[in-house]
Amino acid sequence: MKIIVCIKQVPDTTEVRIDPVKGTLIREGVPSIMNPDDKAGLEAALRLKDELGAHVTVISMGPRQADTVLREALAMGADAAYLLTDPAFSGADTWATSSTLAAAIGKLDYDLIITGRQAIDGDTAQVGPEIAEHLGIPHISYCRDLKIEGDEIVVKRQFEDRYQILSAKLPALITALGEMNHPRYMTPGGIFDAYREKEVVIWSRNEVPVADGNIGLKGSPTRVVKTNPKMLKQPGTVIEAGVEESVQYVMAKLKEKYIL
Amino acid sequence: MSIKEKAVFVFADQVDNQITPVSFELIGKARDLAEQLGSEVVALLLGFQVADLTNELIAYGAQKVILADHAELEHYRTEPYTQVVAQVIEKYQPEIVLFGATSIGRDLAPRVAGRVHTGLTADCTSLEIEEGTDRFLMTRPAFGGNLLATIVCPDHRPAMATVRPGVMIKREPDESAIGEVINFDGLITENNMFTIIHDVLKRGLSKHDIQDARIIVSGGRGMKNAEGFAMLKELADVLGGEVGSSRAAVDAGWEDKSKQVGQTGKTVRPNLYIACGISGAIQHLAGMEESDLIIAINNDPTAPIFHVADVGIVGDALKIVPKLTEAIRSERAQL
Repeated sequence: MKIIVCIKQVPDTTEVRIDPVKGTLIREGVPSIMNPDDKAGLEAALRLKDELGAHVTVISMGPRQADTVLREALAMGADAAYLLTDPAFSGADTWATSSTLAAAIGKLDYDLIITGRQAIDGDTAQVGPEIAEHLGIPHISYCRDLKIEGDEIVVKRQFEDRYQILSAKLPALITALGEMNHPRYMTPGGIFDAYREKEVVIWSRNEVPVADGNIGLKGSPTRVVKTNPKMLKQPGTVIEAGVEESVQYVMAKLKEKYIL
Repeated sequence: MSIKEKAVFVFADQVDNQITPVSFELIGKARDLAEQLGSEVVALLLGFQVADLTNELIAYGAQKVILADHAELEHYRTEPYTQVVAQVIEKYQPEIVLFGATSIGRDLAPRVAGRVHTGLTADCTSLEIEEGTDRFLMTRPAFGGNLLATIVCPDHRPAMATVRPGVMIKREPDESAIGEVINFDGLITENNMFTIIHDVLKRGLSKHDIQDARIIVSGGRGMKNAEGFAMLKELADVLGGEVGSSRAAVDAGWEDKSKQVGQTGKTVRPNLYIACGISGAIQHLAGMEESDLIIAINNDPTAPIFHVADVGIVGDALKIVPKLTEAIRSERAQL
């Protein structure tokens, strides 16, 4: 069984802050991490490897620095890693990103592709389903649990108020929820292997069989026209008083607003 | 039957033959957009034995409904739904297609965008037609809600967007409104991408959706433990509201994920939002800052929640909440 896991290096958005004076994003010192949903997807793949002896390949598209998250994946137990990196890929929206990744994946053997449900820097949840569409295979998103049965994958798919248990014929793509498991840690031996024994294969533009019109900014149907820091509204009154006085103050406000 | 040029299509999300509220919110917004474009709003309803629901869509403002009523569409599955939506887009060439950012919309829309080769903007919080240029501007939070990005889709049609539930405002339903129903006449073809549903398990969540609540009492890490968090239920009960939660309290296991407010939870805009022991990470603020009246109780005077609060109380929520509950209860008793 051959599994491909797509992973993205993302800024830890819980560490991102807004400069209160300039109203701009402070990115300095914000650590880069493996996107949490992707990490859960990798863990799911590694568990299938433990159970069934699968071969796990990780793939990422991004700048050279994304090497770090691919090494981390290798140190956790992935067998092979590919990094798609080229100025021609940059500025891609979800459509162009998925068409690039799908073209690269098309060069590899796979029975199962796993992506995270969404990345914490974009939150779009689009790249997984779009990769599946480009490859002409089924996808099941919001995967909470999975198992392989013969030539099918059976998934517990989460909805707002229910789960569906559904199956798809392999090859298929699933998108993993971060809640699906607790990813393992890298082992010291794993880290050693990731840097000394295993390699991250770099694929640039010419190694990915995809049309110029389907990659990078040029291949992106959408364009960002502007970004604004989020405007917070004017703060209201803040009081610091004892418990009794605080309660009275809130009561007065609730009456003033006709809530009581 | 024809559809006007530059029409705005809305995918009518339905589960168990009930339209999801976000669909009505989108129809409301789509009417504004269509008016500016000199066109009309068409709802796209897929399901099995759902013809009755077309009236509701028309009452909320859809001028036409395309109805695909088919046994294969009874329960949501990606491939047959994608086939229908993609065929409808090919046939009628709408200008814009909107989906709710639900677990159906967020699954279906990218698959459709991939198939018809167009752009898709996720989880929009604002949609407008730019004066003068008629560009369709789609605005969404990025970087965990720290930035707002405005996105356009210049050369591909339709422009597609998913929109967060609870953000757009639905119109008052007009039961006398008249609209046309057009039956989908395409084909659904079984292929390798069809999935099989074996079972459906209800998640056993409370029926009370925080997005419908007029009053929400929400708690975070500052409630310290499950017992502390339980105080919020009493306050919510005496106010006739619902309990909400920050991500920290969900991660701690004090409240279910369905009650989470924020970027990765739900967007709410109740009349009253009481934030107890919530510091106010930007991701949380993104989900509640549109509430009419925000009261925040937190012992850290520098907590960002105070930037959006109308009323900020610096103090220990564990002490203040029970006293407040008591005060409201005795106030109610006097009435």
